[in-house]
Amino acid sequence: MQLGARAGLKPADQLRKAAGQAMLEVARRYPNVVILDGDLGNSTGAHAVKDVFPERFFNVGIAEANMVGIAAGLAASGYIPIVTSLASFLFNNAYDQIRLSVALAGLNVKFVGSHAGISTGREGPSSMSLEDFALAGSLAPFVVVAPCDPTSMRQAMHAAVAHVGPVYVRSSREAFPHVYTPEDCRFAIGVANKLREGHDVTLIACGLLVPVALDAAVILAEEGIQARVLDMHTVKPLDREAIAAAARETGAIVTAEEQFITGGMGVNIARIVVETCPAPMRLIGIRDRYPGSGSPAELLEAHGMTPDHVAAAAREAIKAKPQPTRPMSLNNLGAVS
Amino acid sequence: MPDTQMLKELPRTLRLDVLDVTAKWGGHVSSCFSAVEILTAIYFGGILRYRPAEPDWSQRDRFILSKGHAAPLFYAVLARAGYAPLAELQKFRQLSGGLHGHPIAGTFPGVEMTSGSLGQGLSFGLGAILAGRLSGFDYRVYVLLGDGECEEGQIWEAAMAAAHWQADRLIAIVDHNKYQQTGPISREMSLAPFAGKWRAFGWQAAEVDGHDVAAVVAGLQGLIAWQDSHRAPAVLIAHTVKGKGVSFIERDYTFHGRSLSPEQDAAARKEIRCN
Repeated sequence: MQLGARAGLKPADQLRKAAGQAMLEVARRYPNVVILDGDLGNSTGAHAVKDVFPERFFNVGIAEANMVGIAAGLAASGYIPIVTSLASFLFNNAYDQIRLSVALAGLNVKFVGSHAGISTGREGPSSMSLEDFALAGSLAPFVVVAPCDPTSMRQAMHAAVAHVGPVYVRSSREAFPHVYTPEDCRFAIGVANKLREGHDVTLIACGLLVPVALDAAVILAEEGIQARVLDMHTVKPLDREAIAAAARETGAIVTAEEQFITGGMGVNIARIVVETCPAPMRLIGIRDRYPGSGSPAELLEAHGMTPDHVAAAAREAIKAKPQPTRPMSLNNLGAVS
Repeated sequence: MPDTQMLKELPRTLRLDVLDVTAKWGGHVSSCFSAVEILTAIYFGGILRYRPAEPDWSQRDRFILSKGHAAPLFYAVLARAGYAPLAELQKFRQLSGGLHGHPIAGTFPGVEMTSGSLGQGLSFGLGAILAGRLSGFDYRVYVLLGDGECEEGQIWEAAMAAAHWQADRLIAIVDHNKYQQTGPISREMSLAPFAGKWRAFGWQAAEVDGHDVAAVVAGLQGLIAWQDSHRAPAVLIAHTVKGKGVSFIERDYTFHGRSLSPEQDAAARKEIRCN
């Protein structure tokens, strides 16, 4: 079944197309926006800018470290570079340059990493990006956003450029269904969007896993379980208030992301939950093995990231809620060794 | 015209500054000493266009210290050029002072780029060149590289791109002191043919005695004049001696990053003053 179909979402184009259009929009709006391309402009969507503003488009070639250094030099002279490549090549290839030349210098550089998560599919795990939340999130001044549909991608790009400081925008080769309409989308960095209200459990997702979570909420509703769904489009900084409220008001949380669990969104949400209002959690994501080469749909199934998996995790989390306390009987005293 | 007497005296002063800066908490003394005359030529020999009272002046020439471990010398040069009071130098490597062990942009006036992981300055300089073009400014960008640093692949990515984009206002200077941390470059990881590599990448290359201020100035002026009629980046390979100025430090690569004992410090000062 098509992702988001249960939730009634309409299919859309690949997210990278929206990213390209969004880059063109910000290039139109800001004359100091320049695009740097690692020879993948026809894959990432960045070529949308090349055709209109060729003088502000630089193909640096297959040299990510150099590309990031050039971006730093441009940013230090007042330009706003958007560095584009596959997410995997950016963060795995040029991490030292991103850390030193950009993050440590606090420079105003934007990164658009395409083909993130498992969306490279049959190309195999070498070009998948399953570490980017951990890598980008570990850089002190970075903002990390993972939009879930074309409309929020466009708004995210505008927000990223309006924000002063380094921002990573996660994009994808997959077709994400429409979650928002331009009229109802309000994208603000660090403010999660509540897509569905519920009081039994909260499903917190980002990117492609948002439509998955919305589908899961429909499955749960058929069983009488009312799930709240949050689009946690900003993975860093997380919306602490929305997370604490979810823990307090629904008592159980499931997180879902297209990323290795370690260092991802879920573990950072867990950190906030234990600091504010401890509640049982289940974390959906990829666990400690590299995926095989298969279609994205097969990969979501193989790694436990489908609506059914999210619904099952929600049932588990609800079951793990603490039972109302009863007076302790004397027999139980000392029974635990 | 630069004051020739000052150009003669300044290297001695800067070497003593480096010893002052590093006396308390250490620093890469020998890597500073090899670059003293190069920085003297650039900042005080009439090469660099800058306004110390206006460090962010949009049309300033950019000087990028890519070999960030020469920070003690760089801070001293910036202070002597008027960017900051000399007293600031005493705050080197102290938490409260803001003079980081390696330069962090925005924490000391005149520091353009954050450095300390080698290989990144040439790309940054190329970015500054592109920015100048987009803005219609005619400033030049000078990037000081270490020779060991040229083992980093990113240097050659940037070299290729600079030639491709005909970066005719970009000049790299290599402090070619022949040593890296663990030994002679010729033994550890040879760069030869060094000038030939740059030329093969499409750069104009010249070589000078990097401890002769007048020769460095003339070398840079020659490259600038060459770029007036050619559309290509240029490199000045400055042949230097690691630890130059103090006989027991010269060519002793074990001094890389090692602090001097109080006795060595006194002997070094004596020798520098007598030179």
